[in-house]
Amino acid sequence: MREQPAWSAPDPTPGKGLWLLRAKVFDATDLKRAITRIGHEIVERNHGAGDIVLIGLYTRGVAVAERLAAAIASFEGVEVPVGALDVSFYRDDIGLRPAPSLRPTEVPVDVTGRIVVLCDDVLFTGRTVRAALDAVIDFGRPRAIQLAVLVDRGHRELPIRADYVGKNLPTKWDEDVRVRLAEVDSEDGIEIWDCVEDQDGEVEP
Amino acid sequence: MPDLVLRGGTVLDATGERRADVLVRDGVVTDVGPGVDAPAGAHVLDVEGCIVGPGLVDLHAHLREPGDEDAETIETGARAAALGGYTAVVAMPNTDPPIDSAAVVDQIRRAGRDAACHVSVSGCITKERAGAELAPLGELHAMGVRIFTDDGACVADGGLMRRALEYATALPGAILAQHCEDPALARGGHMHEGPWSSWLGIPGQPGEAESVVVARDLSLCALTRARVHFLHLSSAASVDLVRAAKARGLPVTAEAAPHHFTLTHASCAAYDPVYKVNPPLRSDEDVAAIKAGLADGTIDAIATDHAPHPKEEKERPFDEAPPGMLGLETALSLTLTELVAAEVLTLAQALALLSWRPAVIAGLEGHGGPVAPGRPAHLCVIDPEAVWDVDPARLASKSRNTPYAGRKLTGRIRHTIYGGEPVVLDGVAQR
Amino acid sequence: MKHLLGIDDLGAEGIGEVLGLAEAFLEVTKRDIPKVPALRGKTVVSMFYEDSTRTRLSFETAAKRLSADTMTFTAGSSAVRKGESLLDTVRTVEAMGIDAIVVRHRSAGVPHRMAGWTQASVVNAGDGWHEHPTQALLDVFTLRLHRGADLAGLRVAIVGDVKHSRVARSNVKALTALGADVTLVGPPTLMPPDLSGWPVRLSNHLDEVLGTMDVYYVLRIQRERIGEALFPTLREYAARYGLTEERLARLADDILIMHPGPTNRGVEIAAAVADDPRSVITEQVANGVAVRMAVLYHLLAGDGRRPPEVLGELEAARA
Repeated sequence: MREQPAWSAPDPTPGKGLWLLRAKVFDATDLKRAITRIGHEIVERNHGAGDIVLIGLYTRGVAVAERLAAAIASFEGVEVPVGALDVSFYRDDIGLRPAPSLRPTEVPVDVTGRIVVLCDDVLFTGRTVRAALDAVIDFGRPRAIQLAVLVDRGHRELPIRADYVGKNLPTKWDEDVRVRLAEVDSEDGIEIWDCVEDQDGEVEP
Repeated sequence: MPDLVLRGGTVLDATGERRADVLVRDGVVTDVGPGVDAPAGAHVLDVEGCIVGPGLVDLHAHLREPGDEDAETIETGARAAALGGYTAVVAMPNTDPPIDSAAVVDQIRRAGRDAACHVSVSGCITKERAGAELAPLGELHAMGVRIFTDDGACVADGGLMRRALEYATALPGAILAQHCEDPALARGGHMHEGPWSSWLGIPGQPGEAESVVVARDLSLCALTRARVHFLHLSSAASVDLVRAAKARGLPVTAEAAPHHFTLTHASCAAYDPVYKVNPPLRSDEDVAAIKAGLADGTIDAIATDHAPHPKEEKERPFDEAPPGMLGLETALSLTLTELVAAEVLTLAQALALLSWRPAVIAGLEGHGGPVAPGRPAHLCVIDPEAVWDVDPARLASKSRNTPYAGRKLTGRIRHTIYGGEPVVLDGVAQR
Repeated sequence: MKHLLGIDDLGAEGIGEVLGLAEAFLEVTKRDIPKVPALRGKTVVSMFYEDSTRTRLSFETAAKRLSADTMTFTAGSSAVRKGESLLDTVRTVEAMGIDAIVVRHRSAGVPHRMAGWTQASVVNAGDGWHEHPTQALLDVFTLRLHRGADLAGLRVAIVGDVKHSRVARSNVKALTALGADVTLVGPPTLMPPDLSGWPVRLSNHLDEVLGTMDVYYVLRIQRERIGEALFPTLREYAARYGLTEERLARLADDILIMHPGPTNRGVEIAAAVADDPRSVITEQVANGVAVRMAVLYHLLAGDGRRPPEVLGELEAARA
């Protein structure tokens, strides 16, 4: 690991310069409440948990799906199946960026006739969700596909909207919203980061 | 033809080295010494810093005419030779038709009349180079042919080779030259058999394919007492055999080509057929042995084995492409850059290998010097400091298959004088 | 990475990446709709100057499963028969707009030369005796499915005509890059003439090696080799180097038997041995499509070469 100054962190969009934490919007407790609320909303909207399949989008979306399944199991007593989807092969930017490494796609049940709830941490341009829609439809013909996200930060480039949102967070294009989940990041929270110095070494005012 | 003065150079020939000017009149050297007077109307060339030596003699060039004029003609091949400092080349007989009759000898001589260098004709040992029946050696000899070879092919039948050697002892000055490659051992091999061929997955032929024939022909030479010359030696074992044979006093001579003392089988790694040649590029040990053989006199001559091939032929897959590389324009420079500069040879030894010793083997009395009054004016002027890049597109040959493309060489021919006429001036062919 | 001409183009790290991709693609091939749009709009042309229906179909299927378009030249096609030069064929095909050439030729080095003539990516599907990298990749992939991702120290015997085998050369490179211990077994005449620099052991006696290996990779023996005096008869070959039922009986239960196919039953391998539960020969074939999908994706999707920082991040994120 390269040496980092204390106030910066590994950058998920590499090559984009130096970042500074501006605000912590959610802490662990806020996150827990949001998950519980979304879990209830999913069950309410779909009149029960029976036909639901939660499919998380790598990486943190999978953790979101698993937490939602745990929440639903705790108050509804139903074990909702959880799947994981790697949408790399469906992306619209293949060939434009280095291909991210893959994780195994696992869809444990037949999706035909069921309600698929895609789960992700942040909804931004909508392109990842578009790719996920194509992928899910290759697995079968769901009765409906819904979308649950922890953060909607705006700046949609496609006509995609989330059915369930943890927090609406209007942001500037060049900010970064980072969801921390203990399974992946060793703590829970939602943070907003600013770019202090972009990749050309320019310093923002 | 105007008189010619070469002023300010260093004359180097078999008798030694001295600062001297050279005066050429009517195709003959008339004066060699410091401060020669230039007659009125003489063309004076300033050769300060240059070596003036006898024109080079190549024992082994494929001029491809008749039969394969797409690759080279006598005219273009001779021009390439002149640019390389050669005033005489021995044209190999694997033409189409092959040189196994008086008619073809005559045809080539006539085509070579206006060439930029002397084209000496060699003849086949066997009819059509088929290795079965003797070619009319006496008839060819009567026409002046002295070197006989089936080059491209080996005379594989030991009995036939023996008879050919015996017969040749009655032809004064005749030498039988062997392309040493046992067909059974070499069969299917497209490069040197060794660690490289094993990794690259290309069928190889071992060095023994050459040395078993060298050993056989040395025995036959001892049996018949005929003169034998070995073409393009490439393997350490062959050099050792020839060294031992010379020590025993056998009338044997040998040549080596520049690619066999500058390149190894490692060059084949990119599968570029420009590095495919027969005999193939071999190992570092073989290259070292060739250099040692050149330095200690075991190998008598550097001969180019100039083998032009059209571009399409060398674009075929490695195992399908024909073997052979260009050589006339780069031989001297390679010798200077890799052997003289590295102190493997002195300049005098290099010129001996390139000029006067091959002249003796080929029986070309007018060539190879010395640079002395009364001698025919076949000369080359070498600028030992000139640095140049080998650019295939700028070679005079019709073909482009040189393995040295892009190589920087030190030492270059500035002028070539053939029969008193400057056929190359400042590196530019005049004919 | 632009081309896959040989295993050295990948190295141990590259092999790992490709096999990771292959695992993902294996899952894709098992779906009802075994297709992803990853190479949509790309064109992959197969130029098979040497006949091989199996390998060619495997590559074409792989390309199609990635939604790429395909074109095919085979040994019987007119361009090849008319003797059009390789260079001209490549130029013509490139003018039609292609992204990858998958080439098989009986002459070693043809893919390397083609790579110098085209902007497209070149995949070596077998060049003479030299290499067949995708075969080695699917072989290693199959091994890893049985033995786990770490093949270090795995004892593999490659038995048969190594001298003429591109499969053997590629496998030696791939297996040794991953730390396996490779022994070549066969008569001296069927070994490469000079093994200096090969990171392998050598044995001319199959019976001495039997029982000391974890994997027996059996190579095909070709009848034509008899004419070259490489061994006297197929019968003698089978007796000395064939994986016979008798030899099979001496092997442990947890060994694996592999073969690049097609098998010469009764010669290098007994029919019962090929069908034994320890044989993974049919799996090798089945894994071919996923591995070739991985290779095509690796070459054509993204620049394939990732800066070290990215790898570091993704490693951390995956944790």
